[in-house]
Amino acid sequence: MSAATVTAPAVKPGSDDGRIGLRANLRHIGALARRNALQIKQDPQSMMDVLLAPVIFILLFVYVFGGAIFGKGHQDLSVQYMVPGIMAMMGMNIAMAVGSGVNEDFRKGVMDRFRTMPIARSSVLIAKIVVEIGRMLIATAILLGMGFVLGLEIKGGVLALLGAVALATAFGAALMWIFILLGLSVQTPQAVQGMAMLVLMPLQFGSSIFAPPASMPGWLEGFTKVNPLSNLADASRALVNGQGAVAHPVLITLGWTVVITAVTMPLAVAKFRKKT
Amino acid sequence: MTRQTTTTKGGNAVEVRGLVKHFGEVKAVDGVDLDVREGTVLGVLGPNGAGKTTLVRCLSTLLVPDAGRAVVAGFDVVRQPRALRRTIGLTGQYASVDEKLSGWENLYMIGRLLDLSRKDARRRADELLERFSLTEAARRPAAKYSGGMRRRLDLAASMIGRPAVLYLDEPTTGLDPRTRNEVWEEVRRMVSDGATVLLTTQYMEEAEQLADELTVIDRGRVIAEGRVDELKAKTGGRTLQIRPAVPGDLDRMADAIAQAGLDGIAGATADHDGGVVNVPIISDEQLTAVVGVLGQRGFALSGISTHLPSLDEVFLAITGQKTSESTDSGEVPDQSFAEVSA
Repeated sequence: MSAATVTAPAVKPGSDDGRIGLRANLRHIGALARRNALQIKQDPQSMMDVLLAPVIFILLFVYVFGGAIFGKGHQDLSVQYMVPGIMAMMGMNIAMAVGSGVNEDFRKGVMDRFRTMPIARSSVLIAKIVVEIGRMLIATAILLGMGFVLGLEIKGGVLALLGAVALATAFGAALMWIFILLGLSVQTPQAVQGMAMLVLMPLQFGSSIFAPPASMPGWLEGFTKVNPLSNLADASRALVNGQGAVAHPVLITLGWTVVITAVTMPLAVAKFRKKT
Repeated sequence: MTRQTTTTKGGNAVEVRGLVKHFGEVKAVDGVDLDVREGTVLGVLGPNGAGKTTLVRCLSTLLVPDAGRAVVAGFDVVRQPRALRRTIGLTGQYASVDEKLSGWENLYMIGRLLDLSRKDARRRADELLERFSLTEAARRPAAKYSGGMRRRLDLAASMIGRPAVLYLDEPTTGLDPRTRNEVWEEVRRMVSDGATVLLTTQYMEEAEQLADELTVIDRGRVIAEGRVDELKAKTGGRTLQIRPAVPGDLDRMADAIAQAGLDGIAGATADHDGGVVNVPIISDEQLTAVVGVLGQRGFALSGISTHLPSLDEVFLAITGQKTSESTDSGEVPDQSFAEVSA
């Protein structure tokens, strides 16, 4: 070590010119995303939900509900219906895990270090979302692979399929902000889980994900129409199967994505900034 | 405390005036003034719950104070937090590293967050691991580190950005004496490299070992301040304990010291339970004088040691009261000096 260890502050006294440029911001997000990825490597069991959930969901829903809805022997119809729906749902499940992850992270001293460093505070949260999107894409790949094994056909073409994946991912990322906000607001990871379930269950089951809304009572059918998960499921179904209206559910889903992100992201970042 | 509220430029790396932070009814920090001169160590001494950690959190932008002003390295903690974060390092009471990451990955990450290039971040991580004797454990997750290793990693993490001002919040609480000495050694090196350090501690001994000046706080307020030796003089300095080779000599030794008429030595007491004679002293010369007297009188000694006053005794001397939280101050031995065999 040389004696000249202490460097003068890089900024002039009197100003708060500590603004973080875009490139620096991206570098910070990269370094923090690497941290989140390394945490997964250190704790491979945390990937269980991503690796196994799609397999279990697809088998359960295609064989348990699919048979009831489409009749025995109509596995092909069932697969075409269920796989795009599960794709919509998985984003939600993974988003929920972000909430408890953030909550747990906050109990650790390392957050204090991040918050005393010259980085945008949002970068800690954005890095988390970047890695979670990666996890979501892996889960989606497994789901589709499993779908192909069961006879899934991409009738709408590869581009439409990629569109469906992108839409589900964008909506999932928007949901993550809600759960990050929740994770920063409640006391324990368990509380995050509990509250998240209360929101998730009605949204998931009161939707077109598992069963056609036409089979539901009128009030519930009405609810499914505004439920963003229904619209996402409808959109991805239309894209994967190449039939049915695409523009309407896609626009509704994108609308929800934008509104949710615009409202919850600033709230989450502000909460993160103020958290003591 | 009354003091001028004008900001004196040059010389002070940290200036705090009338800082207040309340949590509801709890007045965690209740009007604190303090200065840390550039390149020196200020020890903030106080019992648990005195407001030390809240003070550090205010000065490191983790908390926004309710009132008052604090300027660190020329930056106002409230108005210029972003600029300030470029010049400070914090090592908290609880290690602020990511336990799932290896030591190397922790340091590399922090280097990247401080805008070092990949190459520089790698080099700095290697360099600091080496310096803090962690090279062998570099690739192991920090969760597998011992308490002392984790604290060293934490210090290394705080050093990556070469901060001008370092906050060490109870850096040795909960460490065994050997590890504690290692941490002290590192702190001294940081200071010799030119860093300004604000150190909080519950232990008089740590303050004496590391700090140039001391601020004693209790219940969110400064109750005493000054150079360490001034404060020590105020609190009666040290106690010299002398163990005779022949236990029966205790009373005769105490008498001999009391009657020798040594400068500044009021008396000596024989502690029959402990088998030692206690002599309050304030200087090393007095230590030599006392031992000299005993030598002249032909007493055989088997051991001498000196003890710093504990935090409790300091508080008693300053305020005439016990500490507001004096229950667990026995965590680290208040016996400060290794026994010197006579």
